[in-house]
Amino acid sequence: MAKVLVVTSGKGGVGKTTSTAALGAALAQNGANVVVVDFDVGLRNLDLVMGAERRVVYDLINVVQGDAKLVQALIRDKRIENLSLLPASQTRDKDALTPEGVERVIGELKGKFDWVICDSSAGIEKGAMLAMYHADVAVVVTNPEVSSVRDSDRIIGMLDSKTAKAERGEAIEKHLLITRFDAGRAARGEMLSVDDVVEILSIPLLGIIPESEEVLRASNVGSPVTLASPAGIAARAYFDAARRLSGETVEMVVPMERKGLMSRLFGRRVA
Amino acid sequence: MILCTPYRLPLTPGTARHTSDYVTTDDTNPFIRLRGRSVMALVLAPEAPLATWLTALNAQVARAPTFFDGRPVLMDLGGLPANTPDVAGFLRALEGRGIRIIGTEGAHPSWPGIEAWGRPLPASGKAGRPITVPDETHATPAPAAGGEVNSLVIEQPVRSGQCVVFEKGDVTILGSIGSGAEVIAGGSIHVYGALRGRAIAGLAGNAKARIFCRRMEAELVVIDGVYQTADDMPAALIGKAAQAWLDGDQMKMTALDSTDTGDANGQSPGRNIRQGRRR
Ligand SMILES: Nc1ncnc2c1ncn2[C@@H]1O[C@H](COP(=O)(O)OP(=O)(O)OP(=O)(O)O)[C@@H](O)[C@H]1O
Ligand SMILES: [Mg+2]
Repeated sequence: MAKVLVVTSGKGGVGKTTSTAALGAALAQNGANVVVVDFDVGLRNLDLVMGAERRVVYDLINVVQGDAKLVQALIRDKRIENLSLLPASQTRDKDALTPEGVERVIGELKGKFDWVICDSSAGIEKGAMLAMYHADVAVVVTNPEVSSVRDSDRIIGMLDSKTAKAERGEAIEKHLLITRFDAGRAARGEMLSVDDVVEILSIPLLGIIPESEEVLRASNVGSPVTLASPAGIAARAYFDAARRLSGETVEMVVPMERKGLMSRLFGRRVA
Repeated sequence: MILCTPYRLPLTPGTARHTSDYVTTDDTNPFIRLRGRSVMALVLAPEAPLATWLTALNAQVARAPTFFDGRPVLMDLGGLPANTPDVAGFLRALEGRGIRIIGTEGAHPSWPGIEAWGRPLPASGKAGRPITVPDETHATPAPAAGGEVNSLVIEQPVRSGQCVVFEKGDVTILGSIGSGAEVIAGGSIHVYGALRGRAIAGLAGNAKARIFCRRMEAELVVIDGVYQTADDMPAALIGKAAQAWLDGDQMKMTALDSTDTGDANGQSPGRNIRQGRRR
């Protein structure tokens, strides 16, 4: 059974697009047939992070409006053949997305893929609501800081009331993904701790992605971080999260940069 | 889905049922007395086509037959296109459903018969927050014969941006009230999780109402118009299981765990938004 997953957040810039690309690639690297869909109409982004920006011909809106067939718009990843992208349009505006059109496209995608992963825009306006409407699973991306947590709380309320599943009286599966986590700053109390965030939002924790240079480097070369530096600390956190999404039980570790750990082990000299 | 938003006349800090302030002139001048009063109104913002919206409203009213009882309603018509036919007739249809319209906002002057609904209020900058209309068909138990339904149990957390209003009695929340969320009850409020948002108890003038929570981190607590903001609360109680109640016009807050009380017990006076009355 195909699963539709929306990557969402209340606040912008918290790492949704990064996480869509990384989780999509990680699931595909583990063998699943995956499409990542860019719902952030007006701000093309996912194609850049996926390194596909120069291969975009048709986009989501063309397909929604019936101007192009789905197969014409899908872009197959050059590195993993079971990973595809349905890009967003930079030029049209969100009003071009109709609920009926979106429903039809999602239905078609479900027939072709195991995972349909939708990168949404931040906030609670129309585009974001349409992206979440058909989801079976939601990944709520949150940074460990007060405003991001509060906005995520608001989005969780929307997921529980404004999705097709909620309207049918079913519960949507919700997961918390904490991104840009800095263990050092959390220990010094400059950021909320993982426990605080989980306690406030009270939904299951999918993973903790550390703040990492690797993420920036990967997006600069147009590659999901799980492909660009698969052995790195951020990629490993995304791989673990992808396995949890597939139903595996994976022990949760709070990621720490190795140098942080080393300095912690060897930082004090014997007097 | 009908969106109801609580609308506050911009008068008071806190969300009071009533605020009274007397303004008196000095002795030599004729005496004049002004009284400010803040009420909470619901804002209904219909969308075109109106027939579809009315059908949705009917469904909502069927599920919560008493929700609109006695509540002032402000119609925000700004979302309707100028060419919407028979808006005045639509408003009459709402009144026919027992909805008490106290004013309109954003009405188009060209709509025939719209003058009958009074001068439009100045558009408010604030949209207000969405209210969850309690689904009376299963949110509350069937009333016992002759008895009143007086409690509402909410099994999920109340999330930021959500607002629960239950004027008829107590509200019990099994989860937390998030920062930026609001629960308004005619009676007491019981929170089995953390209270991080706003709790407004005793809405209908019930000074006996209390607020209980497993973890006090509230942004605002109000009982019968007497309120305390986070800044006023005794620091020793923050994060603790606590209750708030009224002793006359004073808000008291104490730890629920009696071994934990001691100096932590808040004797902080609480601010009274009715203070003017005693001046
Ligand atoms: N774990 C991380 N470590 C370091 N930088 C990160 C991390 N995650 C994301 N970033 C950076 O943060 C910025 C915002 O990330 P991203 O575009 O994924 O956020 P978004 O939630 O999709 O934003 P928007 O709401 O604008 O769509 C990017 O520059 C990205 O490279
Ligand atoms: Mg993005």
